[in-house]
This record gives sequence, C-alpha cells and structure tokens, in this order.
Amino acid sequence: MTELRYLAPATLDEAVKAFASAGSAGRILAGGTDLLVQMRSGAVKPGVIVDIKKITEMTAIEPTADGGFRIGAAVPGAVLAEHPHFGKAWPGLLEAINLIGSTQVQGRASAGGNLCNGSPAGDSVPALVAAGAIATLQGPNGRREMKVEDVPAGPGRTNLLPGEILVSFTLPPRPKGSSDAYLRMIPRTEMDIAVVGVGVNLTLKDGVCTAARVGLGAVAPTVLLVEAAAKALIGSKLDDAALKAAASACSAACRPIDDKRGTIVYRTRVAGVLLKRTALIAARRAAGN
Amino acid sequence: MAKLHVSTTINGEPVEFLCEPSDTMLDALRGPLGLTGSKEGCASGDCGACSITLDDRLVCSCLMLAVEAEGHALQTIEGMAHGDKLHPLQQKFLEMAALQCGICTSGMLVASDALLRKNSKPSEEEVRFWLAGNLCRCTGYDKIVRAVMETADEMREAAQ
Repeated sequence: MTELRYLAPATLDEAVKAFASAGSAGRILAGGTDLLVQMRSGAVKPGVIVDIKKITEMTAIEPTADGGFRIGAAVPGAVLAEHPHFGKAWPGLLEAINLIGSTQVQGRASAGGNLCNGSPAGDSVPALVAAGAIATLQGPNGRREMKVEDVPAGPGRTNLLPGEILVSFTLPPRPKGSSDAYLRMIPRTEMDIAVVGVGVNLTLKDGVCTAARVGLGAVAPTVLLVEAAAKALIGSKLDDAALKAAASACSAACRPIDDKRGTIVYRTRVAGVLLKRTALIAARRAAGN
Repeated sequence: MAKLHVSTTINGEPVEFLCEPSDTMLDALRGPLGLTGSKEGCASGDCGACSITLDDRLVCSCLMLAVEAEGHALQTIEGMAHGDKLHPLQQKFLEMAALQCGICTSGMLVASDALLRKNSKPSEEEVRFWLAGNLCRCTGYDKIVRAVMETADEMREAAQ
C-alpha cells in the first residue's frame, strides 16, 4: 500500500507543481464532500492530496472591474449564500449551488468541486452554464480560460489537462432586466440527486427577452448548453408559443439513460416542463431588476 | 511514514494530536482525542450524526480530514453544556422526549444549535430544511422539530 501524503500549499504555483508531479495519484481537496466519500468506498486511492483552501484566490469572492463576479473554485455554498450582493445578481446560480447536499455539506462543498467531480447531475453546473460562467484554469503551462460547458468530458471526467487546477469562475456583469433561475426534478423535497436540472438566465427589455442561455443537466453524459432553447426565447415575450418551442428544444437535446432515478421517456418530457417553469421564474425576477 | 502533528482548538481549549493523513476528523475525535459524543452513522456525509462546527460553520466530521483542523476552531457536542448545566436545547430534548436511541442526538443538537445561532426565530420549514442532513430513524422528527422551535421561543424570551 502506498502512503498518502497531504499537502496544503499557500500559493497556486506550489499547488500546481505538487499536483502535476503527483500525476494520476494526485487529488485536489476543496470541500472534500465527494473526495472523502470516494476514498472511503475505495473508489479512489490517492497518493497525494493537495488541499487548496489555504490559497486566497481559491476561497475569495470578488467583484470584477467590469461589474461581474469572480468566485474562487473552493468557496463553500454556505459562504456564497452569506455574500451581501451575490445572491441578488445571481439568485438562480446561488439556489443551484445551495441545493447540493445538506446544511453540513453546504459548509464545505464548492461549485468548483461540483464541476470537477464530473457528474452529469451536478446541480451547480446547468446554472453555471446558463450564467455564461468562465472557468479559469492553472496548470504547468500557465493560465487559461475555458467556458464552463466545455469543462465536463463525460461522467466523472473533465477536459482539464494533467496537472491543471480549476481556480475560479468569472461571471459577466448584469445588464438591467437580467436574472436567472434553477429548478431540478427530484422525487422528494431535499437531499437528492437531480433527475433533470434546468438553469435559465435571461434579460428582459420592455417585457421582451433580449438574451437567454439555457443549461440542462442529468439528461446526457455531460451538462448541455441548449442554444436552440435560448433562441426560442429570445425575441419573445415568453408567451406560451415561445415557451413551448423552448421546451421542445430542451426535450430534443436530451440523450438520457434509463436508471433508478428516471427513465429516458420521463427525463425527456420533464426537461421540457422544467424549462417552462424555470424560464418563468427567471423572467419574474428579471422584471424586478 | 510518521504521523502528522495537528494543533487545533476544540471547545475553546488548545489541543494537539497525531493522525494519519487519511484519518477523518471523526476518526481523530473518537480515537486519540477520546471525544466519542460525535457518532459515526454512515461515514459518507448523509446522516449528520458526526456533526461538529469548524470555525462556527456546521460540517460533517466524517467528511473532513483530521489534518485540516490545523489552526482552526472546532466545537463538538462535548462543549455544549456548561459543566452540569445543560444547554437549553439539551434540556428541551429531554423534556420533550426528542430522542429515543440517541445515536442521532448529538448531531441533532450541534446542528440545531448552529441554526439558532444564525436564526433565532426559524419557521418549522426552516428547521426541517436545516436538519435535512440529520437522519433519525426513531422519532419521526416531529418531536425534534418541536423541541428546537420551543427552545428558540424560550431563548428569545430569555434574551429580552
């Protein structure tokens, strides 16, 4: 049995170096709510754990120069919920992140971990995709940016290169009349994994939708950006016809599996239903902004 | 490989202990630290029986590495009563029979205390959502929820 080493570097450069040199034996520790469960079950046996929570940039919530937000990849959901402005600008993204697990899990779990865990059903991911969030990555070859929708590669896999660490998410500034929402279908009221998850982010001007993005989760090997659904919403007043067209686009984008949580037929249908409900919540919020 | 040395604060007291890198905080509490009030139910973050606070934030000690405690402040169930004087939540749980087998109780109390520190007047729905990560297979939850809400009422009255 190989010995496990625990490292908690204070800088990103040290973390990248340690993580890259550990190769496939390395694991990043943010909140640990997935990693410790995977270690306990024997699914992963890391040789090196790199705890990134001592790196200021990875636990910070900061405004960007253009009026957006930069959220460190290791910021726990409970910390984000207490931020005085974030939830007003991004209520849908916040509610998606806050749906991950229990109060105890929220005290530790981060959106960065949720994305890097690679689950198609991760709740924060459709909302991040809808928000147009950009992931900043740092690896042995320096820094680069990647759209959040390009990060997942399949169940449990990402497109991060060996040695690369997700550092933060950048969220764009909010034009007037913008808001977002996230809904997931679960058979109970809390503490469950999404059967379908939909994030909608939109901008209204005089009641007309001028911009929209739709993220769809748990219905394909990766979370999807559904551009056809957004197109159906843009230019409309979110009337029944537009919502129906967007719902159809969501159902058409589904490539789900049958499993214990839901069938292909059910997931495909619910994706459309949830799109309508989520878009209306986002619109109601946007009308007040 | 040598064990790791950790300096931390538990229930207000400075504490040092040794652990393996893979030990969870729950392993350390129940092992070298001898604080067995935190229970292991599921060991996967689902049941909340191992709830503690880390820098005043509610967490599952089974989902935290022991070595992560370095430099932080933890509170466990052992720090809840003041000597023989029970915390109002503990007293109310006894009075209202909000426990049966007791395995979930320390986690319920630590989690409820964290809620009342944040929200002195939670609605029933807020109590139920806050405690959704604390499983109890005996009480059916109603007695626990009622005990938390009554404690909140009494603590608010006492504070006036």
